Amino acid sequence: MVYRLVFENLKHRPVRTLLSAIAIGVQVTMILTLVGVSNGMLHDVATRSRGTGADILVRPPGSSILGFSGNMPEKIVEVVRGVPHVALATGTLVQAIGNLDSITGIHLDEFNQMSGGFRFLEGGPFNGPDDLIVDEVFARSRHLHAGQSIEIGLTWRVTGVVESGKLSRMFAMIDPLQDKYSAKDKASIIYVKADDPANVQAVLESLKKKLEDYKIYTVDEFVSLISVDNIPLLQRFIAVVIGLAVIVGFLVVFLSMYTAVLERTREIGILKALGASPGYILAILLRETLLLAMAGSAVGIVMTYGTRYLMGVFVPTMTAEIVYSWWPWAALIALAGSLIGALYPGLKAARQDAIEALAYD
Amino acid sequence: MIEIRDLKKIYRAGEVDVHALRGVNLSVARGEFVAVVGPSGSGKSTLFHILGGLTPPTSGTVHIDGRDLLAMTEAERTELRKRTVGFVFQKYNLLPTLTAAGNIAIARDIAGRPQHSDPEFDQILKLLGLEGRLGHKPRALSGGEQQRVAIARAVVNHPALLLADEPTGNLDTENSIAVLGVMRDLNDRLGQTILMITHNPEAAAYGHRIVTMRDGRIVD
Repeated sequence: MVYRLVFENLKHRPVRTLLSAIAIGVQVTMILTLVGVSNGMLHDVATRSRGTGADILVRPPGSSILGFSGNMPEKIVEVVRGVPHVALATGTLVQAIGNLDSITGIHLDEFNQMSGGFRFLEGGPFNGPDDLIVDEVFARSRHLHAGQSIEIGLTWRVTGVVESGKLSRMFAMIDPLQDKYSAKDKASIIYVKADDPANVQAVLESLKKKLEDYKIYTVDEFVSLISVDNIPLLQRFIAVVIGLAVIVGFLVVFLSMYTAVLERTREIGILKALGASPGYILAILLRETLLLAMAGSAVGIVMTYGTRYLMGVFVPTMTAEIVYSWWPWAALIALAGSLIGALYPGLKAARQDAIEALAYD
Repeated sequence: MIEIRDLKKIYRAGEVDVHALRGVNLSVARGEFVAVVGPSGSGKSTLFHILGGLTPPTSGTVHIDGRDLLAMTEAERTELRKRTVGFVFQKYNLLPTLTAAGNIAIARDIAGRPQHSDPEFDQILKLLGLEGRLGHKPRALSGGEQQRVAIARAVVNHPALLLADEPTGNLDTENSIAVLGVMRDLNDRLGQTILMITHNPEAAAYGHRIVTMRDGRIVD
């Protein structure tokens, strides 16, 4: 019976109910979109790392999982090549150019040999120091085609658009890139291919012995490390967004329920006159909040598909995933924020003086 | 059924103590229909609120069915409203979002009683003439129908005492007669004890006995 009253109360003010559910949905969307983008971008990095065809990667001492811009002397590549069972080793330079974008300097021949080569959708490989190859996602995001120029800190000429999934979204010749960004003879990551998959572990051990302070991972190991759990800054950012989401949910439900309690003062008096205990009245408000939070969570999940679609259209370089495992967490966070928001109005209703409430017009 | 001795109620309005009841003595037997009349400010509503457990008395003794209201905690007064007392108000006070049936069912739910059929109550519904109107929300019911729903809700848990505060105050003559007739039927046929506050001498005449209040006391 209480649920019928709760449903009827929600139906009685459809606009308020809808707006409250949408506002709760926004908090759920905030959380799910952030988690989706974090996971999507990390998975994207992982996919592109696998796309290099390398077995092992060597990074400078002290570099963090996603800190690609730390550099090491390029001559280390020769040291790596000297390790038994190393079939191929190629140095790359990752140059950040702002807005989370970066250009990767490569030795095209070596990279092609390791990865199996680019699949060009438009144009072809670079020939000059200002030439750039971009992947299809970046090209789509900037409406670029082969032959066009692009200003990203420096002016580059796009010679080719390639299929995504290999190392980076933008590629240039490594030597001119080193010159342009004062990184002469520097490399950020060395990609290594063993002569036989069975020798990968042996190569890894040898490299670790030779290059003691360097960060050396198999690609599988590196990919497994690319997760939110291993990036404290991202974890903190997600925690901040969750905190903000809880505050938004709290405020929305607080205002909605506070208004509802004021509006229903007389009804609360009626229930009290019928013998409803404070707990019974509080339970009505909390159940109403529970239903709002559930509806809001559903709305939020649907809106997450909307934000993913919009990001795909407007910011295609940011890959957003639908992270199903976070649905219950986002719903629980929304519910927690909502219940906290409903608590004060609920207690106010529960403590209402019956005679005063019945006299309320 | 009801035994009231030297009942006093003082409440504070701003910085002033208001002596709403100044020593009320009243006995009501089980099955009696008593009309309480008196001018505004005479203490009728305060007496109604105390008997209904909506506010505690300041001093004196009030026994309903042998239970002392003065000694009751808030939770015990809540229990009293659930099972022992039923209210009928001048403004009907139905929950606007529920149908007539829902308004009755919620009272049953609050009292923790099962929702399945109750032959005695079905008889009361027939008496109230509400067949065919139970699926409607209050806004679709006339004043007289709303008040009859309010009566049904008040008696659904078979309370020992039905308290009615100006039950015909918002009704026209025809509906007033219908509502008062229903209350007298409840009293006659089912032995329902009723205490009814009214300004209307014609309504008061429906009671077995008329009690007059003035200045916080029963004067007649």
